[in-house]
Amino acid sequence: MPAENASTPGTGPVAVSAGSPLLRVDDLHTSFHVAAGEVRAVRGVSLTLDRGRTLGIVGESGSGKTVLARSIMRLNIGGNVSTSGNVEFEGRDLLDLPLKAMKNLWGTELAMVFQDPMTSLNPVVRVGRQLTEHVRSNLGAGRGEARQMAIDLLREVRIPDAEARLRAFPHELSGGMRQRICIAIALACEPALLFADEPTTALDVTVQHQILNLLGREQRDREMAMILVTHDLGVVAGRTDDTIVMYAGKVVEQAPTRVLFTEMRHPYSEALLRSIPRIGQRSHTRLSAITGRPPDPIDIPPGCPFSPRCPYVQQKCREEPPPLVAAGDGAGGASHLSACWYPVGTDAGRDAFARNLADRLPQTVVVAEGSEFAESAAANAAAEATAANGSFEGGGA
Amino acid sequence: MGRLIAGRMVRLVATLLLVTFVTFMATSLLPGDPVNALIPIEAQQDREFVEQVREEWGFNDPLLVRYGRWLGDAVRGDLGDSYVTGRPIIDEITPRLPVTGELMVVTVLLGILIGVPLGLVSGYREGSRADKAVSAVAQFGLSIPNFVLGLVLIYVFAIKLRWLPATGWTRISDSVTGNLKSVAMPAIALAVAEVAVYLRVLRSDIISTLKENYILSARAKGLKDRFILFRHALRPSSLTLTTLIGLNIAGLITGTIVIEQLFAIPGLGRRLFSAVFQRDYMMVQGLTVLLAAAYVIINATVDFIYIAIDPRIRRRA
Repeated sequence: MPAENASTPGTGPVAVSAGSPLLRVDDLHTSFHVAAGEVRAVRGVSLTLDRGRTLGIVGESGSGKTVLARSIMRLNIGGNVSTSGNVEFEGRDLLDLPLKAMKNLWGTELAMVFQDPMTSLNPVVRVGRQLTEHVRSNLGAGRGEARQMAIDLLREVRIPDAEARLRAFPHELSGGMRQRICIAIALACEPALLFADEPTTALDVTVQHQILNLLGREQRDREMAMILVTHDLGVVAGRTDDTIVMYAGKVVEQAPTRVLFTEMRHPYSEALLRSIPRIGQRSHTRLSAITGRPPDPIDIPPGCPFSPRCPYVQQKCREEPPPLVAAGDGAGGASHLSACWYPVGTDAGRDAFARNLADRLPQTVVVAEGSEFAESAAANAAAEATAANGSFEGGGA
Repeated sequence: MGRLIAGRMVRLVATLLLVTFVTFMATSLLPGDPVNALIPIEAQQDREFVEQVREEWGFNDPLLVRYGRWLGDAVRGDLGDSYVTGRPIIDEITPRLPVTGELMVVTVLLGILIGVPLGLVSGYREGSRADKAVSAVAQFGLSIPNFVLGLVLIYVFAIKLRWLPATGWTRISDSVTGNLKSVAMPAIALAVAEVAVYLRVLRSDIISTLKENYILSARAKGLKDRFILFRHALRPSSLTLTTLIGLNIAGLITGTIVIEQLFAIPGLGRRLFSAVFQRDYMMVQGLTVLLAAAYVIINATVDFIYIAIDPRIRRRA
């Protein structure tokens, strides 16, 4: 059982940047063909992830982040899915791999922790078997070996009385315990890359923190790469090396996590940040929700998909989709990308905002009224990003 | 678990009391005098003789007294005598029970052995050609009445091919192959509908189970499809099927009436049929007790199987 070393800062993995990254996704598109038309869930996402590094994917429900994660693993099963682009993992092109070869990577090289631990475990199968059945079938471990491994795994994810728990059924355990077990299952075959798809969304607030810490510790100890999918910018703050913000199936901003919080460029990222409640806020402060809804993925408007809800929106945004380009001269350098014609924190952005405010554009007025809060929230988050988890230091900058 | 069993026993007794009481009342309220079943038509004109018989058999006593008397005897294992043959009901039932029992068991086994694999395949390959073919066959099996199927079987296998006897019954103690030959056609005629129902229920449950999150997480773990299907999907999908099999077994006790009649099989169903026509109410009453007990016992068994299948039910039970 590895020692708890979350308190020891600066022991982050040394990025093995010898040649190609662990995962390279290039222009990935995923669509679902339904009766109403083509649901374009992921529309041209590119990203890279090195061994032992962590990446956060943030966006609202329906932004395509879960589909993106599942597309990379090719877990979107069903006849109506089509995926195109390039997914290179450990030098192999996953999308071209025969399904059988792909299945051999599931569990062993690529593993996933799902959103809802209440439904992710089979209710009629004992925990012990669910923990190691794939170790036995994938790696050919024997019964006794598997049992010992299950006990070790349970101890590692801090489940007390591990031996007795092997005989438990999932319904006999709490949500936090079940998620710990799901994590243990995902870790069992020592994957090189772990997807954590909203791993804390279904859990109590107090448990969320523990689960995130557990994931962070395992990621570090095992020098495993991790993609953390969440709708909560506060979750990635201080927990991932890099962050991607997704909207309507596209990357709208991408940066080392610390840079994202200090030099946020995209209005959508800013809006997400504004919607996180803060402890420093006076009680009964109104939470700043983003007005409107994400676009219908069957009928995405031309131009910037965020334009109907954006407080900075200009005519150009409604007509021309902004490309994902380097977000200027900030600390992020070339690793900070943003897709916006009038980025936050630039003169163009400030002018656009002022014009909209003068025109009393509703979403702009709403933001302006909560502005002093927005500034303090950004400052808070930036402080958190640098202080919260020292071991994620040493980003790409 | 002990409490559960005790609870079932109480339910069994209560059900038996209620069912026998209702049957007793119902048969007594039917038009027609049971005495007519007891004495030959010539003798029915003799008022004095009829009255004497009525007195002897206790037909003149109040209904509740008669029920009480029947119940008292029944508790001691005496279900009374047949009005028609005069023999004890128990002796009439005992030799017929294994006949219907065997027919039921073979029917249900055929249903499970054929229906479950077909249901699994068509649920797993939903929308495939195999699934559509199976569904079409199931539709056909459900629409054709079992006696029509029985007639077709008799025509083909007994009359044309002369492989199987058209009617009658050979006991297993007399000849095993003879017994199998006599059970084959009636069991097949009954089993076709069972297969169709089982496979349909299992198919739809498999389809919905395969959409569960735990199936996706089992896939993401790298488990093989077949392993997922058998170890993760089949068990949670078999609850409805278990209920249905239980209900159908109980239903077959009477469901065999027409088939036993068609194949001239000396089973319980046929006896019940003739007992109703001959106003042999004591026999009807005896068979009712048996039926009710079978229903309750089968339902209790289904409940226990439920508990074995789904551990979440254990706490609630």
